[in-house]
Amino acid sequence: MRFAIDTYQLIPSPLLKTRPETKTISQIDSLPHIPLQPSFSFNHELQRYLSGKQLLLEELPFPLKEIQEHYQNGYLIYRKALIQNGRQKECLRCGTKDHRWFSTFPCARCGENCVYCRQCLMMGRVSSCTPLISWVGPLPEIEGSVKDQELLQWTGTLSAGQQHASNAVVHATRQQTELLVWAVCGAGKTEVLFKGIEQALHQGGRVCIATPRTDVVLELTPRIKAVFPDIEVASLYGGSEDRHKYSRLTIATTHQLLRFYQAFDTVIVDEVDAFPYSVDSTLQFAVQQARKTGSTMIYLTATPSSTWQRECRQGKREFVTIPARYHRKPLPVPKFVWCGNWGKKLANKALPDNFVHWVKKRIEKNKQALIFAPKIASMELILPLLRNYHPNIEAVHAEDPHRKEKVNSMRNKEILILLTTTILERGVTFPNIDVAVLGAEDSIFTESALVQIAGRAGRSAQFPNGEVTFFHYGKTEAMVLAQKQIVSMNKEGYKKGLLDE
Amino acid sequence: MKLFSDEYCLICHGIRTPVISWTSLLLGTEEQLVCEECQNKFKSLSGERCGICSRVLEVDYRKEELCYDCIRWGQDSTWSGTLTQNKSLYEYNDFLKEVIAKYKYRGDYTLVRAFTSRIKEELTSLSFDALTPIPLSQERLYERGFNQAEALITEAGFRPTHLLTRIHTEKQSKKSRSDRIHLPQVFQVDGESAFSLEEKTILLVDDIYTTGSTLRHAAKVLLEHGAKSVSSFTLAR
Ligand SMILES: [Zn+2]
Ligand SMILES: [Zn+2]
Ligand SMILES: [Zn+2]
Ligand SMILES: [Zn+2]
Repeated sequence: MRFAIDTYQLIPSPLLKTRPETKTISQIDSLPHIPLQPSFSFNHELQRYLSGKQLLLEELPFPLKEIQEHYQNGYLIYRKALIQNGRQKECLRCGTKDHRWFSTFPCARCGENCVYCRQCLMMGRVSSCTPLISWVGPLPEIEGSVKDQELLQWTGTLSAGQQHASNAVVHATRQQTELLVWAVCGAGKTEVLFKGIEQALHQGGRVCIATPRTDVVLELTPRIKAVFPDIEVASLYGGSEDRHKYSRLTIATTHQLLRFYQAFDTVIVDEVDAFPYSVDSTLQFAVQQARKTGSTMIYLTATPSSTWQRECRQGKREFVTIPARYHRKPLPVPKFVWCGNWGKKLANKALPDNFVHWVKKRIEKNKQALIFAPKIASMELILPLLRNYHPNIEAVHAEDPHRKEKVNSMRNKEILILLTTTILERGVTFPNIDVAVLGAEDSIFTESALVQIAGRAGRSAQFPNGEVTFFHYGKTEAMVLAQKQIVSMNKEGYKKGLLDE
Repeated sequence: MKLFSDEYCLICHGIRTPVISWTSLLLGTEEQLVCEECQNKFKSLSGERCGICSRVLEVDYRKEELCYDCIRWGQDSTWSGTLTQNKSLYEYNDFLKEVIAKYKYRGDYTLVRAFTSRIKEELTSLSFDALTPIPLSQERLYERGFNQAEALITEAGFRPTHLLTRIHTEKQSKKSRSDRIHLPQVFQVDGESAFSLEEKTILLVDDIYTTGSTLRHAAKVLLEHGAKSVSSFTLAR
């Protein structure tokens, strides 16, 4: 779309009656600022739709004329979506600057060669001539009072470690600062948020829990709804129906945050380390866009990146740890077992002897186990070999159409050993299992992935022990760091009296 | 030499393992944009095919060298002979369906480059006086930002001749086959076009040949305005 530029305002070309000079929004150096006209009677539906958002024209079911009226009266703004400084292009919706994500096309909307962003294409294409539209008028009222009310309906109790972290979260929320909650796998990190969320709601702000994975949004939504029964919760993921809800509490995939702009007073990012948040700077950008300036930021993770760990040690990052599981038993420490060139063996349809021995022992004891392999291809070679020892062995990977069924069968103990790629490294818990990695030296097994994998064992209070073994063909730094991290968490747990002797 | 300049696959964004084809070795100009894995998911149409529409012929869905669909079109006096022949590059399998959807509905224009060298090859081997893309309505063109059929022509280095405009804007896909066949005219010859159709061979271009009704509607109008013959070329069949 093109705009004519008046000294005071932009006018979209479809609304022009004469034919003045027009430009695309990215060609306009400084966009005019229009002061709010308090006497204008604005559309409340549009207000609810657009507050805290950055949307495309085609995402707004309102006539262009009405949108323009709100713009002219200072209730909404048109922003550039894509800018170019010399050869450097930047998408202002997703923050991408990497040239490989940009392309051009002869655009029928502006009649020029338009640059567009391929990185965030699935959220609707933004190009040089696309205006991003945001609300800048008064914010909508949300029904129901939250001040001075008990909002949290939860009768559970926190472990000493959880309580400590919960207090820190409440404190950070009061001070509107940043905090990292570093909680070991199985610490019970969700409960740690409850008081902080209530505090944030009492302060009258909007709260967002963002996580990279849709699974987590789906799992978290009913839990949060159950403990905050009087608060409307919007649950956002690709294809969700809550897309236009303006609510106090939002649970969203980090991807969905691309549609938000300066919306939240508190943002909680769960599993900061999980793919794709840690690898995808886009989603980190989205989190920054979605929060208001001066908002509270809580990060939750079991496995912070090495940079973050260093920042914690150097006192550059506020953090709190929960070094122990709620059942007060130490984390299983992974054992390293050298297994030779397993890849070569596999090519000859054989498995390393010590690995086979490990498997046979689980079969004898009838103990369930998870075995991680670096690639789908190697997993497919291992499976038939293992089945020689026991029929109830299955394999599952990310694109497996029967993924859910297989995980369920494992839960119901219909499968003895489940072979998997890294997809089961987080989230999924089975009560009483041993864990092995074959080929732990593979680069796919990062420090964080290995800590998560080890964290699958010993999860339940009934069976707090589980063996974790990394079969490898050459120890890696990631393996050593993962083991070190687990050992040091246990040490801290003992020191703080969070673990039973 | 622009061999392997991009590190990433145009389609899956994965790191590419360069495929060294004979053409790239011999000519040294073939730019590889798509990784081997993605490239292998495109299935060229092969085997015995319908003499008119290029459909791969199945035993129980043919009569001599034609498929039943084309026989049915041929039996209808309104449509008989409208489309001389259709050529298509690839089987419209799930993968291509996904790629085309991303290309035209999500508007990922640059995906067209995955096909341009094959299109160029194919168009060079065909003879025509004009390459005419199936047009979009004004609203749809604005909505998508580009005409996906036209881009197949221009990106392969050819010049499109716009001969048609759309009369009907309703979604075709929601209608049954018989509705589509008996629909009043969908296209009209563009009054502003300076091109004389008299005695001309026209090659229509579209992204997909589904039932062939869109292309036959377009062909019919062109024939009525004097074209000698009308054939078509599509990416998928
Ligand atoms: Zn973008
Ligand atoms: Zn444009
Ligand atoms: Zn690819
Ligand atoms: Zn046919």
